[in-house]
Amino acid sequence: MISKKDVDQVALLGRLELTGEEKEMFTRQLNDILEHFRFLERLDTTDVQPTAHVLPLKNVLREDWPGQHMSREDALANCPDRDEDYFKVPRIV
Amino acid sequence: MQLFRQTAHELHSLLINKEISAVELNEAVFDRIASVEEKVGAYLSRIRERALERARVIDEQIRKGEKILPLSGIPVAIKDNMCTDGITTTAGSKILANFVPPYSATVVKKLDAAGAVMVGKTNLDEFAMGSSTENSAFFTTRNPWDTSRVPGGSSGGSAAAVAAGEAVCSLGSDTGGSIRLPASFCGVVGMKPTYGAVSRFGLIAYASSLDQIGPFTRDVTDCALMLNIICGHDPLDSTSADFQAPDYTQFLINDVRGMKIGVPEEYMAEGIAPEVHGLIRKALELLESLGANVEYTTLPHTEYALPTYYLIAPAEASSNLARYDGVRYGLRAEDSEDIIDMFMKTRSQGFGSEVKRRIMLGTYALSAGYYDAYYLKALKVRTLIKEDFDRAFEKYDLLVSPVSPTTAFRIGEKTDDPLQMYLSDVCTISVNLAGIPGMSVPCGFAGGLPVGLQLMGRHFNEGTLLRAAYTFEQNTSYHKEFPAL
Repeated sequence: MISKKDVDQVALLGRLELTGEEKEMFTRQLNDILEHFRFLERLDTTDVQPTAHVLPLKNVLREDWPGQHMSREDALANCPDRDEDYFKVPRIV
Repeated sequence: MQLFRQTAHELHSLLINKEISAVELNEAVFDRIASVEEKVGAYLSRIRERALERARVIDEQIRKGEKILPLSGIPVAIKDNMCTDGITTTAGSKILANFVPPYSATVVKKLDAAGAVMVGKTNLDEFAMGSSTENSAFFTTRNPWDTSRVPGGSSGGSAAAVAAGEAVCSLGSDTGGSIRLPASFCGVVGMKPTYGAVSRFGLIAYASSLDQIGPFTRDVTDCALMLNIICGHDPLDSTSADFQAPDYTQFLINDVRGMKIGVPEEYMAEGIAPEVHGLIRKALELLESLGANVEYTTLPHTEYALPTYYLIAPAEASSNLARYDGVRYGLRAEDSEDIIDMFMKTRSQGFGSEVKRRIMLGTYALSAGYYDAYYLKALKVRTLIKEDFDRAFEKYDLLVSPVSPTTAFRIGEKTDDPLQMYLSDVCTISVNLAGIPGMSVPCGFAGGLPVGLQLMGRHFNEGTLLRAAYTFEQNTSYHKEFPAL
């Protein structure tokens, strides 16, 4: 069972500020969904290797070549707040 | 002649024979958009001036007697989760409502280089999470065959645009069925190519081990033409497969004699609406009468695909969506006390319910104490699901099933119950988990609503799908039907 406290903890990890209503809804829905998914437990997977990726790709390397980089202006064009050539954020420490 | 109803290859002939100009064609499509868009709502943005400018360039090439490419001058639509240089790209989310990318996705560049004319960006479920477009932060797209119903999702805008004559071809993305489901609901051809066959550079990521870009078209020939443009290796996408894409039009052969087709019985079990079941059986009989060997087979781990997908995809999403923090682009909440408060307020204001739900589910599945029980377990079951397909493809060239258990459902019918909405993907998600190509082809109508036949093949065997689909299409006329809007 997922408690409301678990939901608070997961929301903090996911950097989400939930309203009281959302907390209740997600507690109920996550319990419903995970309860429904419990039948995965029926499968014995002791000797099964996990698949993270379906293609046999390993250590994809390429030549390092000189190219055109994005201009500073382009990189900063979408930022909500800036100080000259820096991204500006609220106080950290 | 209604230009907006034609296929790309028919329009290409008209263009090179100078019966129409690219400007006329694009104007006809923009006129069509103007007359039906209020009912359909396929587009988040339209790009008329730029499109007509591009069309004029193509006309100039034709006038000078230069050889034009098969998609030159053809109006295409792009799902709004693919970056377009200088053109707003929202991913259907408030958090990116004003995001103007400084570069274009590789597929967008390739279409551009092929002369295709981008007419607009299409609606989708927020960050491609959904099966109906009802999760778009902006509005719900309507099914052109019945505007009280959903077009399917998440690429609902791209499917509806092609079905309604608001674009000739379009691009969507498919993580758990997001091309095939809307193709089925809207009665168009949709293909999810093999994982890695199409570059995802510039695609706004949802679940990176599953996401794949693919085309929507009015027929199978156009599908092959689109694949010719978008498939191939891209050094900018490290998960893109290093392979030489064939000329897909070579597979447009009206012949399935001797083709071995397996029908997974799990996909034809209870839960499939009788009218859908009937049309799939009829399609199988036709393929058999044309010389294919059709027999029932089994993919025994099918019932585990849904929970496997809905653990893996949200886990990857919770990681991919960590980048939306209000620092470098997108929305930033006002009045924060400190930076953590700013992150939390920004994300809470910027994301819709389904996105939050998947971030919560994914974060939980990855968190300490639950990782082994949920995420790792899902990765292991994924192996079993993939092995089911490996075994089936030792015996069969192709697997065939319904795309969806039902026809398009009503707007609002499933919005209150996320689990019911997730079940819409039950026939399509295994294909993404296994990374194989999957396709939806129109195979009839039930109660006036289109039904799609799903074709599934071996890795990089898009050609076999195209051949079977082309044969089916040449011997039926469902793809010629057009919705009365």
